[in-house]
Amino acid sequence: MDFISVQNVTFQYDEQGESGKNKLVLDDVSFGVKKGEFVAVLGHNGSGKSTIAKHLNAMLIPLSGKVYIDGMDTSDESLTFDIRRRVGLVLQNPDNQLVASVVEEDVAFGPENIGIPSDEIRERVDEALKAVDMYDHRLKAPYKLSGGQKQRVAIAGIIAMKPDCIVLDEPTAMLDPQGREEVLSTVLKLNKENGITIVLITHYMEEAVLAEKVYVMDSGKMLTSGTPREVFSQVELMKKHRLDVPQATELCHKLRACGVEIKELPLTEEECTAMLREVMTP
Amino acid sequence: MRDITLGQYFPADSVLHRLDPRVKIVSLIAYIALIFCTFNYCSLAFAAVSVLTIVLLSKVPLKMYLKSLKVIIIIVIITSLLNLFYGTGEPIFQWWIIKVTWAGIHNAIFVCIRIVCLILLSSALTFTTSPTDLTDALERLMKPLKLLRIPVHEIAMMMTIALRFVPTLLEETDKIMAAQKARGADMESGNLIKRVKALVPVLVPLFVSAFRRAYELAVAMECRCYHGGDGRTRMKQLHMQVRDIWSVVFTLVVIAGVVLLNIFFHYVV
Repeated sequence: MDFISVQNVTFQYDEQGESGKNKLVLDDVSFGVKKGEFVAVLGHNGSGKSTIAKHLNAMLIPLSGKVYIDGMDTSDESLTFDIRRRVGLVLQNPDNQLVASVVEEDVAFGPENIGIPSDEIRERVDEALKAVDMYDHRLKAPYKLSGGQKQRVAIAGIIAMKPDCIVLDEPTAMLDPQGREEVLSTVLKLNKENGITIVLITHYMEEAVLAEKVYVMDSGKMLTSGTPREVFSQVELMKKHRLDVPQATELCHKLRACGVEIKELPLTEEECTAMLREVMTP
Repeated sequence: MRDITLGQYFPADSVLHRLDPRVKIVSLIAYIALIFCTFNYCSLAFAAVSVLTIVLLSKVPLKMYLKSLKVIIIIVIITSLLNLFYGTGEPIFQWWIIKVTWAGIHNAIFVCIRIVCLILLSSALTFTTSPTDLTDALERLMKPLKLLRIPVHEIAMMMTIALRFVPTLLEETDKIMAAQKARGADMESGNLIKRVKALVPVLVPLFVSAFRRAYELAVAMECRCYHGGDGRTRMKQLHMQVRDIWSVVFTLVVIAGVVLLNIFFHYVV
């Protein structure tokens, strides 16, 4: 049984669209995430990917269909807090997620809410701050931190609740390249070392490449899925839905169209250079 | 970015800094009441000396205290003058509607010293206690008010969030002002009314963004299992220490001293 199981979910927001008729934000979406997996959900603005994120921790309840978290139905209100404690959600804007004016007190906010005893909160906070490499900043005020640091504090605030899974809704969209790098390496580390299941929602192809499995969404529908290599080799399909593929993949795709013999499309720059070197040596 | 000192907390390592914030708040209230219960020069002097002792114990530079006194110096002068000129009794000096009496002179001195002590004490509290500790202590002190259906936890949470977002919103104000200036807004010239009007294009986006932030923060708090004060634990526990008991003893001694001095010497005011 998958840890997260999304089954034929349909959803629409209450407000009326321009045409006067409500448009489905999610249209019969199904997918599953196994425990310990690193999954990316890819899509451009308005594809419904953020809506999916909010379904995974019972912030939104599907109109039809079901979402199960480790067998728990998100539409069962008595399970809401159990679900939120096990599936943490990190949002896009780091500034609007921090509650307290001291870093360590903010990280303690989650465990305080679920009624953990004081001594244990202390331990969890220290542990979480060390896990995101922010322990030295624990007594600082959030406004004195950089964007990447704030987002790592937000992640620590989720880790302190000891979740099985972290859903990150475009966590790097508002960060500079350095902050993006910090957050991504933290996420990868949490997945590899602590075995936390990661669902990374993004519109950056380079980030999706890091995942074990990629789901691509467009206008509320699940377009395609598979390993990054499988997904990004469908260059035509991605282009048709206004989605990009990593630059390296696109270059090789164009070269192939020109008649250069390339067996498998590369995902990263390193792979690309290696492959081109192979092609060019006679 | 400018460094924003909130609630003018001054980090230092002093007895006052280490005291339980609850004890500090309750003591402050007791001292303020006490200062207004001094009725002759002996008890006033005694109270003033104990206030100065507290100020010195805080290890905060005296310059900081003078700064906070500077703000209210005009209020002190005006209230002293009013007291001086509107005293009752036999005038020792009279000119037009102004008459100075002994009672007036005494009143003026008392009011002046009382206000100065009041400001010194409350500054001592805010200099030695971080805003977070203050809200935390207030929440715990006001807990009995829950019985009166006053939402104590919610009030404390609002204060915490307000403190957290002051620097964020200040920074945003700077950005919006820069953006409006880049579009040709003139905020520095003109009379008062013109300048207030020039603030509207700053305030509107600021409020819109504050509401958006509030919504997002609410979502983030719900994601972190926030559901009000019920069943909530705290990481930081406040425990009374030996030094807290000593500070209470000190306060009681000062109260006793003032009461005795009030009894042994004649009332002046």
